[in-house]
Amino acid sequence: MQVNENFEPVIVAFCCNWCSYAGADLSGTNRLNYPTNVKIIRVPCSCRVNPMFILRAFQKGADGVIICGCHPGDCHYTSGNYFTRRRITLLYSMLDFLGIERNRTRLEWVSAAEGAKFAATMQQFTEDVKALGPNRRLEDLRCRKQ
Amino acid sequence: MQKISKSRLYELFDAIAAKQSLYIPTDREAGAAEYRKYESGMKLTKELNTVRSAKDFFFPQTENLADFKIEGKTIEVRDIREECEDFVIFGVRACDARSFTILDKVFLCEPVDSFYKNRRDHGTVITMACTRPAETCFCKTFGIDPTVPGGDVSCFDDGESIFFLANTEKGERFVESISSFLEDGDTDRLMEVQTRAREIMDKLPLAKLSTENFGGDKLNEYFNSDKWAELSEACLGCGTCTFVCPTCQCYDIKDFNTGHGIKRFRCWDSCMYSDFTKMAHGNPRLTQLERFRQRFMHKLVYFPANNDGEFGCVGCGRCLAKCPISMNIVKVMKALEAK
Amino acid sequence: MQEAMIKRAKELLADGSVDRVIGWKRGEFAYDITPAVFTTAEELDRDFVCDDFTAANVSKYLVKETQKEGKILAFLKPCDTYSFNQLVKEHRIDREKVYVIGIEGGPKLDIEKIKAKGITGILSVKNEDYTLKIETIYGTQTMPFYEAILGKCASCKSKKHVVFDELIGEDGDVLDSNRFEMVEKLENMTAQERFDFWRDQLSKCIRCNACRNVCPACTCENCVFDNPKSGIDNKAPADSFEENMFHIIRAFHVAGRCTDCGECSRVCPQHIPLHLLNRKFIKDINELYGEYQAGADTTSRAPLNTYDKNDCEPSVVHERGVE
Repeated sequence: MQVNENFEPVIVAFCCNWCSYAGADLSGTNRLNYPTNVKIIRVPCSCRVNPMFILRAFQKGADGVIICGCHPGDCHYTSGNYFTRRRITLLYSMLDFLGIERNRTRLEWVSAAEGAKFAATMQQFTEDVKALGPNRRLEDLRCRKQ
Repeated sequence: MQKISKSRLYELFDAIAAKQSLYIPTDREAGAAEYRKYESGMKLTKELNTVRSAKDFFFPQTENLADFKIEGKTIEVRDIREECEDFVIFGVRACDARSFTILDKVFLCEPVDSFYKNRRDHGTVITMACTRPAETCFCKTFGIDPTVPGGDVSCFDDGESIFFLANTEKGERFVESISSFLEDGDTDRLMEVQTRAREIMDKLPLAKLSTENFGGDKLNEYFNSDKWAELSEACLGCGTCTFVCPTCQCYDIKDFNTGHGIKRFRCWDSCMYSDFTKMAHGNPRLTQLERFRQRFMHKLVYFPANNDGEFGCVGCGRCLAKCPISMNIVKVMKALEAK
Repeated sequence: MQEAMIKRAKELLADGSVDRVIGWKRGEFAYDITPAVFTTAEELDRDFVCDDFTAANVSKYLVKETQKEGKILAFLKPCDTYSFNQLVKEHRIDREKVYVIGIEGGPKLDIEKIKAKGITGILSVKNEDYTLKIETIYGTQTMPFYEAILGKCASCKSKKHVVFDELIGEDGDVLDSNRFEMVEKLENMTAQERFDFWRDQLSKCIRCNACRNVCPACTCENCVFDNPKSGIDNKAPADSFEENMFHIIRAFHVAGRCTDCGECSRVCPQHIPLHLLNRKFIKDINELYGEYQAGADTTSRAPLNTYDKNDCEPSVVHERGVE
């Protein structure tokens, strides 16, 4: 595949309000860098992420989607992220089955104390998606910027 | 009549395709024919007809009507209409060819639908006479003779050659443009083939189906018929019948937000859908019975009432073959007629 | 079997055990059979049919039927009983209002497979010792029975009735079917090959919604794709994204609830193998969360309604063999 050095992917990160969003905050207050490609969407719990949100993100121009939530066992609502884990595993598996590149989707558990992990995860994910190039297999042509 | 030997047909296709887009019915997979843009090596299907009708050429399932660009307080409207390029559709059956005249009545009456007209003006329809009708065919009911199909040019297959007969000016220009491929041929064999096909037509299971009990004046008689409840009982409310139908012409117009502008598009709608004709005040047809009735009343009563007695069905038989629960216009006609 | 069914239905109607009967009604041709509700013995004698073409799963109709007064008799094939049970489990069907008679299942015939052989003008189809004798306007044709059976019957998962009040004929067993063969084949392709396969298939979609509307697991009063407030409602595949979106989300919404009855692929006018999407979910669930058959019982928790603290992480997807 032709790699465009100037390609800057759009990354959508769904972050749980209680852990990962606070983790992102912490990485900011610790002055840790993470790529500006990442657009954070705060959700009350990672299990609020409806599969349609993920597809919608790809439709409207995302090149990669990552979900971050509390570590299993630490859910603010006791068990939300356990349900997330099953759902998202199946959804990612289905996207893979349809031939969508695996590395465009990820799930990572990030606690409120893991500012460094948040920054490192976003750094790595952005690089992985950059290597894949623009999302073409799950894009809505009408939304492509001319 | 002028003809070409069947062995040279693909040579002719190559020559036409070199000048303009040519679409032929071809097999995508066994049992599912569709119109595709001709490329060398492509073969005509052996199926009688395509799953989707030929109306797609003039009235596609979705099309953009306009783009809007919003900046600050200004809205820029972009007219995206472009003159369509000339194209040729080969192998349209008599039923589909008749469907174009029905669609014309809807889209070419005032105010003229310029999107439709654009394609209609640039498309040349070449029809193919039927020799092996299927059990689901009932075009005869609507006064169509499938052995003499309409369109700009009619083609006839006598087994060895394809005969070309121009019906319109556009058709004459087309036949003229391919005259180097054509030779004069005698039509004795062709007459025989036609006679045989007409005999088969008379033997079809639906040959006796008639429209005499239907028409624009039957509104009161059928609208409140107690048969609708039973007929619509099993209806799934899917849009298969309307989307494979060559004459269904309802559409919906919507705006799509691309994130950096608005695209106004239209797409086919189906009267079978729960949100069909949904308006600000709600939906005038709340149950599947009403929606189901709308479809058949439209074809058998409302359309003839507004169009000099012309019915909104051409008897192609697609809904008979494709309805998931096998409920269709033939069963509806028979049930309504039965007193 | 048809005679026995009509006889029993008439008895149950006559003694007042049931008020209505749901079954299949004969049509114009040999194969165009419509699900129908019968209320009298005369209707049953005249129109009731159960033959090689009565493939339609009538379970979903019972959602509406059990909201009406009175009791209804339903004839269910083994595969239909799974759908029925699943609907009972989801409280969509009032079990008390249905009298279930289990009948022998398929294999049922697929008229499209007969037509795909170039056989047209079909007047009648007879099964003579597993050879189909097809009378047509153009003469008699024959083809092997098993070449014309429905895709869903060719990979039948079970001949067992998971729910019934009485049986006509024999009960069977859960079969060791080959139903995941094609899913496995796709899994072993490269991502590009899989993408090309599905693009080719899904681009045929005309968004008629037949798959959704026939699906016994799709019983929402207002589907998210019909709801203008959802922001994703659409009536037509404006481009490739919307076909993908519709089919991924639809399969996902029935994941863990789909009994693999195969109706989606049976009714698809464009022959898209939609059941493969559902089977992929079933296969994943079986492999990752333990064997589960939706509809097999009415008490177990659906795999997406529960969890285990030791569930695998979504990264298993990324760590699988072929990319």
